[in-house]
Order: sequence, then C-alpha cells, then structure tokens
Amino acid sequence: MAEIALSAKNLSVHYGAHGAVRNVSLDFAAKSVTALIGPSGCGKSTFLRSLNRMNDLIPNCKVTGEIWMKDRDINAPGTDVVAIRQKIGMVFQRPNPFHKSIYENIAYGPRYHGVKNKKKLDEIVEESLTRAALWDETKDRLHKSALALSGGQQQRLCIARSIAVKPDMILMDEPASALDPVSTAKIEELISELKREFCIVIVTHNMYQAARVSEKTAFFLTGQVVEYDSTDKMFTDPERAETSDYISGRFG
Amino acid sequence: MKAKTVDKIATGVFIGIAAFIVLLLASLLGYILVRGVSHISWQFLTSPPQTIREGGGIGPQLFNSVFLLVLTMIITIPIGIGAGIYMSEYAKPNKMTGFIRLVVEVLSSFPSIIVGLFGLLVFVNFFDFGFSLFSGALALTVFNLPLMVRITEQGLKGVPLSQKEASLALGISKWTTIRSVMLPVALPVILTGTILAAGRIFGEAAALMFTAGMSSPRLDFTNWNPLDAVSPLNPFRPAETLAVHIWKVNSEGIAPDTPEIAAGASAVLVILVLVFNLGARMLGRYVHRKFTATK
Ligand SMILES: Nc1ncnc2c1ncn2[C@@H]1O[C@H](COP(=O)(O)OP(=O)(O)OP(=O)(O)O)[C@@H](O)[C@H]1O
Ligand SMILES: [Mg+2]
Repeated sequence: MAEIALSAKNLSVHYGAHGAVRNVSLDFAAKSVTALIGPSGCGKSTFLRSLNRMNDLIPNCKVTGEIWMKDRDINAPGTDVVAIRQKIGMVFQRPNPFHKSIYENIAYGPRYHGVKNKKKLDEIVEESLTRAALWDETKDRLHKSALALSGGQQQRLCIARSIAVKPDMILMDEPASALDPVSTAKIEELISELKREFCIVIVTHNMYQAARVSEKTAFFLTGQVVEYDSTDKMFTDPERAETSDYISGRFG
Repeated sequence: MKAKTVDKIATGVFIGIAAFIVLLLASLLGYILVRGVSHISWQFLTSPPQTIREGGGIGPQLFNSVFLLVLTMIITIPIGIGAGIYMSEYAKPNKMTGFIRLVVEVLSSFPSIIVGLFGLLVFVNFFDFGFSLFSGALALTVFNLPLMVRITEQGLKGVPLSQKEASLALGISKWTTIRSVMLPVALPVILTGTILAAGRIFGEAAALMFTAGMSSPRLDFTNWNPLDAVSPLNPFRPAETLAVHIWKVNSEGIAPDTPEIAAGASAVLVILVLVFNLGARMLGRYVHRKFTATK
C-alpha cells in the first residue's frame, strides 16, 4: 500500500443548516493523482476546500470530522491554519494571479516563508516556472504584469506559484474548465509531471480528463462518496449503477 | 408601443434635468472664475490681507488652508485606514459593527456648522486648545475620519475574493495578505477617495469659524520653529483659512477692494478644489494602470 499523504475521516460540512458534505472518508496517496467527480452541486468543491481549511473563510460554514496529515488532525481546534495551507496548496477554477509582476507572483510566497536572498529567490522563480512549463514563455518578461498573460499561461503561473512554497499536496478545483483545449492539454501534462513529487487532488467534470490523469477516482453524489476505487476500475467496471450511469453520461 | 413612448418621454425629461444641472454648474463656475481670475496675481497670492487699505492678499490664508489640510490628513489617514481595515476584514458582522457603521454614516453627513459648534465646546473650550489649527484639524477629523473609514472599507470590499484566497492558500497570514495583496489592489479607490475628501476639507468654512478661528496673527515666514508663536508651523495658533476668509471679507470687509478680494479668493478656492477633483481621478487611473498593466 502506498504512503498516505492525507486522510479525511467522517468529514461533514454544513452551510448553516444545509449539509453539503456528509460523512466522507477518503485517503489520498502520496505522489499520485486522485480525481473527484460527480454532478454539479454534489459538494466536491466544498469537500476540497475543507482539506486546506479554506472554508474557514466562509462565516456560516462548519466542518466536522477529522483530516489526518502525517500524524496530526489538522481539522482539530487550535491547528495553525496558516502553516497547514503552506503544506496544502490550491489551484482555483478561474486563474487568479496577483495584480503583480510574473516574478512577484512566484517570489511572494517563498519570501514570506523566509527566503530573503535575492539570488535564491531568482532560482526559485526560475525553477517553479520551468516546472510549470512556463519559463520559456516568460523569461523575457518576468517583471511585466502577470495579468497580461493568456488564461492558460495564468493558470500555469498559479500552479508555479503554489509549488514555489514547497507544499506536500496540491488541491485543484476544475483547473482547466475555463481554458481552451490546447491549454487544457498543457495543464494535464503538467499534472502528470507534478505527481512524481506531489499528492494531487483534482475536481473535474471532464470524464476523459479524470481517466487520463488520475490513479484513483471518487464519485460524489449529494454530499456523499458513492464509490472510490482505482480509476481503471471506476471507468471500466464500477460496482455501483449510479457510477456507471454518471460516467457514461446518463445523468448529471 | 405605449411603453416605448413613456420610455422616450422619461429619457427626455432626465436628459433635460441633467443638462439643466450641468448648465447651472458651468455658469456658476464660469461666473466665479470670470469675476475672480483677473484679480489673481503672485502679489495677491503671497501678501497678507489689509483691513482698511486696498491691495490686500490671501497669503497667510492660503498657507493656513494647506497646513490645516496636511494636519487633518496626518490625523485621519492612518486612523481611518486602520479602522477601515478592521471594519472590513476583522470585525465580525454583528450589532456592534452595525452600530459603528451607522455612526460613521451619520457623522460623515453631519451639518458642518454643528460640527463647528461641537468643536468649539469640546476642543476649544473643554480641552482648552483655544482657537487653533489643532482645534480646527480635530473638528475636520470629525467628519473626515468616518469618510476615510468608509473609503477604505469600500476599497477593500472591491478587491476580488479570489485575490485574497490565492494569498491565503499559499500559507500567508491574513495581515500580510491584506497588506501585500489587497491594499495594492484597493489603492486606486482609496487614493481617489482620500483626495476627494481632501477637497471637501479644503473648501470647508462653517466647521472652522469657531475652531480654527477667524483671525490670522502676524506670521513670520522666515521662522520655521513650530513652537514659536509667530511661526507659520505652530499648530496652536489661530488660523483663518481661505474659505473662512471669503466668508469674513464678504460679511464684514471694509477695505475698498473687498468685492475683488472676495472674487479672487473664491476663484483660487474653486480652482484648487477642481484641481483636487481632477487630480484624484487622474492619479487614481495612473495608479490603477501602474499596478495592473505594467509593474
Ligand atoms: N458559500 C456557500 N454558502 C452556502 N451554500 C453553499 C456555499 N457554497 C456551496 N454551497 C452549497 O453546497 C452544495 C455543494 O456545493 P459545491 O460548490 O461544493 O458543489 P460542487 O460539487 O463543487 O458543484 P460544481 O460541480 O457545480 O462546482 C450546493 O448545494 C451549494 O449550493
Ligand atoms: Mg465546484
């Protein structure tokens, strides 16, 4: 059995009285990609945002249950949320680069986390952009605004930005849904590359994408996990009728 | 068909009203400028006023207005921005913050003469700051501070949530996120708002008559020691501002060229307030470009 990077136990999320995620338990293996699929509104984003405590920002949102990382429950009261988020990066649905230069977009995180040396920062910027397959396109315009990049480039910048702070895992919420097919293919390539080092959890509505990039797939329905298995199995021979119906496009 | 006619009539009426207001404003401005501009000269802008002879200027008043503005801004900008950040990012929405917001709204729209009388009672008499720049600055703070709080709050609320989330998701503290990501994005709004607020302060008269006073002691513009009684920089001296001076000259001036002085001073005031407004817009746009297009 592969090493487990993060493990959610009986996780439930409520918005006020409305339960969006109910009793979900999932293990995420290190150095692999897990896809979360399911119809719109079934709680995939809500679940994903609970993992790095991003839902703390939403005033009436309550997350109960446990999230084990190494041997700590990071959902326990008193957890240093800021430190947790460094370890669990996040890439959002819409590319959201900072209103800063390309260089600053990357350097901002590591600088905050203690890298002050200019040369070291330069190295981190180059390395992160290279790994996000963006270096060649940006090396001549590092100090120009990141907002002038195309959508696909911006999304790769956001990925570069999150790996620059050296996380253990990266959460991606439909990272390619706002992009054209070519940019999407680049992002997928990148994901396959990054899983050598990181645990990646990706929410997607694109069944082909899930099949292409992930090792394991979890199928969500109305806040619960219906089935969780290897992607091969899920796509060829699922146990549950709902899963095969959803994957073959009969609903959702 | 019917709805279309109504729509046309309504549009016509609105355009008419808008045109009338623009015309009114333009003629008012034109009137003040035409009457006053010819009287503006270097000599007029720099020399002290005369009580009975002609040839008086507005030098000290101009200086007082600017100095008072600076003093007020020194007080209100840090506190206002700090409080705005607190209200927008840290305060939990509850009855208390609702109440603070109400107070902020009410204070910033208070009639300025009331603020002036309040200043007379509290700052001038009770705290015994006397008729002074300091009392004036505190009175102006009463309505400028709420304005600054609101401007900051609006600026921060206008920052896309995705920016804040992006920073927090990197494991960066809330305060650094506000300082390094949100404030720069909000800066054009805050800057524009601040300068517009400054324009209002600059033209304020009613709140200053009983706080900063209506007299300007003889100033020695070679003495820059703020503790000296005759120094222009002394914040505890009485200081008549430009707007107050216009009011005073108009109501009790006895120099033979009183109408010209009032007209010239009004023109200077109007021009400066216009400069504030246009400057605010231009600077806001410039900063916005600087922060978004190229670094
Ligand atoms: N901030 C919020 N406040 C209240 N309810 C919310 C909030 N965000 C999501 N919800 C509700 O929680 C449920 C799950 O939403 P979520 O966004 O997690 O679904 P999703 O699976 O990501 O959907 P999609 O595929 O459309 O992104 C929905 O019923 C939604 O209305
Ligand atoms: Mg979603």
